Amino acid sequence: MPPKRITIRDHSAEANLFARRTVITLLGIVGLLCILISNLYYLQVTRFQDYQTRSNGNRIKVLPVAPNRGLIYDRNGELLAENRPSFTLEVIPEQVDDLDNTLLELAELLAISEEDIEDFRQELKSQRRFKPVALKTRLSHEEVAKFSANQHRYPGVSVEARLTRHYPYADTLTHMLGYVAKINKKDLQKLVEAGQEDNYAATYNIGKQGVEKFHEDRLHGQVGYQEVEVNNQGRIIRTLEFQPPIPGEDIVLNIDVKLQKVIQDLMAGYRGSVVVIDPNNGAVLALYSNPSYDPNLFVHGISSKDYRKLLQSPDRPLINRATQGQYPPASTVKPHLALLGLEEEVITPQTKMFDRGVYQLKNVERPWRDWKKWGHGWVDVTKSIEVSCDTFFYDLAYRLGIDRISDMMVKFGFGDYTGIDLYEESDGNMPSRGWKRAKHNQPWYIGDTISVGIGQSYWTTTPLQLAKSVTVLVNQGTRYVPQLLRGRYVDGQMQLNEPRELAPLVLKHPENWDVVMDAMYGTVNRQHGTARKAFRNTKYISAGKTGTAQVISIADGEEYDAEKIAEHHRDNAMYIGYAPYDDPQIVITVAMENAGGGSSQAAPIARQIMDYFFTIHPLESYAENQVRPE
Amino acid sequence: MQKTKLDPNKRSIWQKIHIDLPLLLGLLTLMGVGLFVIYSAGGQDWDLIKRQLIRLTLALGVMFVVAQIPPLAYRRLSVHFYVVGILMLVAVLAIGTVGKGAQRWLDLGFMRFQPSEIMKLAVPMMMAWYISRFNLPPRLLHIVGGFLLLVVPTLLIAKQPDLGTSLLIASAGLFVLFLAGMSWKLIGSVAVLASAFAPVMWFFLMKDYQKQRVLTFLNPESDPLGSGYHIIQSKIAIGSGGFSGKGWLHGTQSQLEFLPERHTDFIFAVFSEEFGFTGILLLLALYCFIIVRGMIIAMRAQDAYSKLLAGSLTLTFFVYVFVNMGMVSGILPVVGVPLPLVSYGGTSMVTLLAGFGMLMAIGTQRRLLSR
Repeated sequence: MPPKRITIRDHSAEANLFARRTVITLLGIVGLLCILISNLYYLQVTRFQDYQTRSNGNRIKVLPVAPNRGLIYDRNGELLAENRPSFTLEVIPEQVDDLDNTLLELAELLAISEEDIEDFRQELKSQRRFKPVALKTRLSHEEVAKFSANQHRYPGVSVEARLTRHYPYADTLTHMLGYVAKINKKDLQKLVEAGQEDNYAATYNIGKQGVEKFHEDRLHGQVGYQEVEVNNQGRIIRTLEFQPPIPGEDIVLNIDVKLQKVIQDLMAGYRGSVVVIDPNNGAVLALYSNPSYDPNLFVHGISSKDYRKLLQSPDRPLINRATQGQYPPASTVKPHLALLGLEEEVITPQTKMFDRGVYQLKNVERPWRDWKKWGHGWVDVTKSIEVSCDTFFYDLAYRLGIDRISDMMVKFGFGDYTGIDLYEESDGNMPSRGWKRAKHNQPWYIGDTISVGIGQSYWTTTPLQLAKSVTVLVNQGTRYVPQLLRGRYVDGQMQLNEPRELAPLVLKHPENWDVVMDAMYGTVNRQHGTARKAFRNTKYISAGKTGTAQVISIADGEEYDAEKIAEHHRDNAMYIGYAPYDDPQIVITVAMENAGGGSSQAAPIARQIMDYFFTIHPLESYAENQVRPE
Repeated sequence: MQKTKLDPNKRSIWQKIHIDLPLLLGLLTLMGVGLFVIYSAGGQDWDLIKRQLIRLTLALGVMFVVAQIPPLAYRRLSVHFYVVGILMLVAVLAIGTVGKGAQRWLDLGFMRFQPSEIMKLAVPMMMAWYISRFNLPPRLLHIVGGFLLLVVPTLLIAKQPDLGTSLLIASAGLFVLFLAGMSWKLIGSVAVLASAFAPVMWFFLMKDYQKQRVLTFLNPESDPLGSGYHIIQSKIAIGSGGFSGKGWLHGTQSQLEFLPERHTDFIFAVFSEEFGFTGILLLLALYCFIIVRGMIIAMRAQDAYSKLLAGSLTLTFFVYVFVNMGMVSGILPVVGVPLPLVSYGGTSMVTLLAGFGMLMAIGTQRRLLSR
């Protein structure tokens, strides 16, 4: 390149041109910077609030924290329902890329059954977005380790340690205690209606049966919140704020689990139930229905196979026979009827009649038979109860009429819910003219009344109702609502609930109570008493009444032969009793389906329960040294 | 007068080693800021800092070496440099290594090399050489010639595709033409031509992902979890920084990894989040200082070639800054240009500082030319 060219150039003109252009570009730069800065000003100052909110929205998530469910104790402080840590394999479906493939691989890794996967898919349909769904529950430590080693391969899948309900006494308390299980659509709907949805945001299980269901509000507690900072993977970096959940109340039941266990063993092999109540306050000491089942099965989601087995069993284990079983009370209600007769002055303690084994109404061909074919001979009200004479009570019922019977028996609690703290309860039936008209559109016949006299006909009762009615007898009119809830633990101190008392049943002639109670004493302790054999040589004095309820009517002239009758047509054995006689501490009802006679089947079981009870609670003043009046 | 000014006894040590002290201080300050932001954006990873330090040292070394070479030598080498660059670009398209969906590298066996980086320097050198051969302002013919010199490498690089670099190279060349005094009439015509060229670009030259970037830029909220995610998170980071910022290491958008490309292309968002609007103004002031210093050097340069080269290099540096900040804050499409001297890594750091080395050479070796 020839240097000559440069020498002829006008350097100063070029320099000026360059300077001008430089100034222009600098102005351009200033202009562009103004645009840049004004945009940044707009982002950072004008819309700061907006972007700050969005930034916080990115990083801050509010997570509900489930409260620990309240524990349940029996009256002696035995733990009946506890919370145990358990490992659950959970999936957040929205965070899984290929769900089908992931399930396939996990199933192989952790031996997850087809059924679990099927259940999981069902669950998916009803689950809220971004709420984890359990794939496999109760992982072993080995399985947890196995998964943890492979966790990175499965985003959206994690093992969570959760507290889950456990019932250490398994099938001993099932019907009374109930269980918790996964919140289903219906539960959710109810929670929404009750405005409790938020409170259950982190809760997986809810009370489904028994005490767990009835006292759900006490047991559940109040949800807590955790405000956490998350990164772009949704992983929690740190907790910003923690509002701890308020745990549910630890509640105490009136139940004595040891007593309940004794009862369970005694009832093995029978279909039936036993109720034990403290007549002094209505506390339910035991409430057992046999056969039972393990409630722990339901906590982790029962397999459909197991559930079908329970559902289809002819023994119907899912029913709480103590509160849902409806049986004719049979002769167990004779004391109640006798009391009514005395009170209405239809009979006196001295009224006698001759029982020749058959009761006959004028102009009615059909005879009503006594259970004793040849009759009991001369009987008064006391002996009628002791020997369970039917004829006397046919006549009494006839003379009382259904209206007076119905009115009085309703006061004892028949035909109505007892008010126990359980939702699984039937109300039984106390028949009346109005009821028969409404139900069957038929008039009430005299013959109906006669059968009511021995607790048959349309009269049905639950064992719990029967027990409640006995407490009214024993308390001479004072009425308590049977209660399972005894109180709660607050800071290790037991706070007892007041007993729930109803308006008392007042008699015009209170001495009639004693007549009836004396007759129940006689049933157990006098020579001809139907429960004498069962209660021979007890160390305490008890009173009671047997009952044998016909399940099917036996045709006129036909003999009842237990051996020949199909099992489910055999008589129900019933017994009501209380002890000690002059200061009752417990009232017992035993109801056994198709077991046969009340005195031969039900009474011995009641006796063994009482034996156990008074071994554990020896009461010197009622012990054997006490004189048994004849 | 000139003699006394150039008295060897009065020359400072910096002038002896051909280093422009204000420029150096400006660069070092920015690099320092960069290290702090990288430390925060990279999750407090010391390895990252070490690697960046090594890279900075290397780049500063290159700058120092380049600053020692007399501008006359650059001028002589311009054509060779340019021709070799073009050949390598062609080679890249023919046999280059593919990475990240683009064909940008030449594998030399012992290292991978990005020829487009050479062109960042070769294009302004070549343009300055070509234009300065004639009297200024250049005539139409020369301007057309200049355009041809510019268009070839720009298209070659755009084809790789590397939109960011081709943009920078195109602007480097255009700055030469502008500073040389290209007439306003011509500038207007070129602007019209360029806007006519835009649809051609769109339909024939741009790849799908580039089109997507532009569409996303126009409406990032249309795909907030997909292609719009980067820019939305970036704007949230900047906006939530507010006036004074969340504080160093306390930017939640960056620390919790909501922000993508935190320590590289989007480092400005991290800076904005943690240091706020005040921090941004200070940062811009630093950049302006360097740009003004560069323009002063350009104005003081004594021949057209040096003026044009220095001016072009300085203004391209500004384009770097503006494009990066513009794309991160959502006023320009995302084109993958790092924030110069602050972003982590890149061959671009070496090229950039080599450019500053040339600036320093032009600024400190004036007397050699005047002789």
